[in-house]
Amino acid sequence: MTTVTTNTAVACPGCLAGPVDPIDAPSKDARILLSLPTVHCQACIAKVERALNSYLGVTSARVNLTLKRAMIEAAPEVETGTLIDLLADEGFEAHELDAGALSETTTRTAGRDLLMRLAVAGFASMNVMLLSVAVWSGAEDATRDLFHWISAAIALPAISFSAQPFFVNAWHALRVGRLNMDVPISLAIVLALVTSLWETWLSGHHAYFDAALTLTFFLLAGRWLDARARSAARSAAEELTALEVPRALRWSENGPVEVAVSELQVGDRVLVRPGARAPVDGEVVNGQSEVDRALLTGETLPERRCPGDMISAGEVNLTGPLTLRATAVGQDTSLQRMAALVTIAESGRSRYTSLADRAAKLYAPGVHILSALAFIGWLIWSGDMRVSLNIAAAVLIITCPCALGLAVPAVTTAASGRLFGQGLLIKSATALERLAEVDTVVFDKTGTLTTGKPQLTNWDDLQAQQKAVAYALALGSQHPLSLAIVEMARAQGCEQVQLSDTSEIPGFGVEASFGSEKVRMGRPDWIGVVSDGDEICTALQVGGAAPILLTFTDTARLGADQLLTALKDQGFDVVLLSGDRTAAVEAFADALGIDEWHASMLPQEKAEFVAELGDQGRRVLMVGDGLNDTAALASAHVSISPAQALDAARAASDMVLLGQTLSPIADAVAVARQATRRIRENFQIATLYNVIAVPLAVAGMATPLIAALAMSTSSISVSLNALRIGGRR
Amino acid sequence: MNVLAYLIPISLILGGLGLLGFLYTLKSRQYDDPEGDSRRILSDTWDDYPKDD
Repeated sequence: MTTVTTNTAVACPGCLAGPVDPIDAPSKDARILLSLPTVHCQACIAKVERALNSYLGVTSARVNLTLKRAMIEAAPEVETGTLIDLLADEGFEAHELDAGALSETTTRTAGRDLLMRLAVAGFASMNVMLLSVAVWSGAEDATRDLFHWISAAIALPAISFSAQPFFVNAWHALRVGRLNMDVPISLAIVLALVTSLWETWLSGHHAYFDAALTLTFFLLAGRWLDARARSAARSAAEELTALEVPRALRWSENGPVEVAVSELQVGDRVLVRPGARAPVDGEVVNGQSEVDRALLTGETLPERRCPGDMISAGEVNLTGPLTLRATAVGQDTSLQRMAALVTIAESGRSRYTSLADRAAKLYAPGVHILSALAFIGWLIWSGDMRVSLNIAAAVLIITCPCALGLAVPAVTTAASGRLFGQGLLIKSATALERLAEVDTVVFDKTGTLTTGKPQLTNWDDLQAQQKAVAYALALGSQHPLSLAIVEMARAQGCEQVQLSDTSEIPGFGVEASFGSEKVRMGRPDWIGVVSDGDEICTALQVGGAAPILLTFTDTARLGADQLLTALKDQGFDVVLLSGDRTAAVEAFADALGIDEWHASMLPQEKAEFVAELGDQGRRVLMVGDGLNDTAALASAHVSISPAQALDAARAASDMVLLGQTLSPIADAVAVARQATRRIRENFQIATLYNVIAVPLAVAGMATPLIAALAMSTSSISVSLNALRIGGRR
Repeated sequence: MNVLAYLIPISLILGGLGLLGFLYTLKSRQYDDPEGDSRRILSDTWDDYPKDD
């Protein structure tokens, strides 16, 4: 395992910090997964596949356009990095995906399994329905009996295969003494089959084989929609995780060697390159640098680290290489301990019961009581067991929650599909319902409302020569402030001067010779200027002239302004919580017009603040990205984090914002409210059909034809109502 | 009505063939990349000679 490390392009600023260098895959004929966010047409597919397949050592390469991924079978000596460079030459952005983090099998096989059952149920119900149409239109005597027997021969095996998910779920619920939606479903299916068989045996008029099958078909369709939406969300979420391949550089006798973070042990010496995130908690033993703690604390000002100082996992090294002696690894790092806070906060949220569950709780006992009453009533009145059982089965079938089973999944699939198109990924099944109830929005500052990238504010105060020197000095450094200077200088078309002997002094700044003069740029205290400490700044000194300060601010993220205006117009309370210094937070809150803000908040305080709002009966939407927000994200009613956030923060939140802009959030609230309204409407439609059909069933007038009509029309009208969300774009 | 003795089995077998066909496409993972497959047909790479595996 060698380490040739060039920092390849990465998808997001958050990943920029982690070591993204490829590692030799250990397995024979390695399966390499690449994420290709920019492929979009057949020409792209052909180009990528041709490029990859013509590379020596690649056995096969196939692009999946739906997932925007390339799957490559290649000999072990093929390095992922070279393939990424190869694609970059062709004009495609590619990122390595950690194949281990993508558990494609579980979600996808579940979806495939449901689809197979759905196909069998669909086939069987079509055939039985054809036979039933013949019976309804007047087939008699031997013909009717024959048709019923054939129906039975199709329905019994078909149902015993395709209705298994319901039977299994119902059995699990009954075993622990509870009722769920699957109990009345299973009971209706089984009772319909039993009475129909009995009727067929006795050459009766009515058999409900078609009803039992269509019921299974519609309900499976709902389950499948649900599974598909969830697996799409999960695979996108997994992809975000897989983009961060956790690797670290460990010192060995012959220099640093790349190893998996999980292999690190306490006492190991770990090299953290500039731009990389510390993989462990540790003490600095060698090197000097500045670290960015923004993701952990929300603090935008970089801090200096010298030998003897402690560094926590997750901090980003900015300037010089640092060697750490690991003091805590894996589960013991401060990063992981913070994640434990999340588990505690999350327990509160699991108390939320979804609309569907609440409906089921009302519904399941009601149906059973109704059908039992119908059975007993008819038994007393007519004394005929066969008639009474028939009536009971009819009641169960008519009331069976075909439409209810479709009501929620159809709406959530349509709504999450629409939001996904706008760059919002919904991870949790009930997130939309919870989002619809929100009345207070709590934001984190650094990295959420702001980009986390500093921007130069007083560039115009500088003289032309100073600008040129600052630009030339900044070009030699990867420090975020240098990058900001370079960006500003490029944008203004600034000239640069020729410098010699440029050297970066890690932890302090950059110095160089400009003709006969010495020029320096870096920490104000290093140059010898006193800064008020409230602003992010760097000092520049040209020769013997008096040093000047360059000041920076953190800029607002794209769409932040519109989002806040939209939220306030809709009457939401907006709160800003930040771990940053008071002055910075106040200035930012003023600029965006946020009235309530709290600065210097510790992670625990943030979580408590959010929990307290919850106790006051408010429904809080928390938007945050850092580790310091994780607990707050988990304790909020519903939470959103940007894709650039730390893995822990993304894991704790219900939705992930995929793009750079914040604007989808306002729309998401609107869509969520609309979706909840649709779900309620769907429940009403389903109830309406029941109100009409149930009296018929109880009165013994529900023929199989009426059952089939009621079931199909209610299911179709519910689905159409749900589709209205996706359609209105 | 004797024709039913032929027609019903025939219709069931035909339908069953369709079902088997669908299950086959499902098993051979033909629904993994619907978007890509709909585009691949537009590519003329293998139009003149077949791809040799």
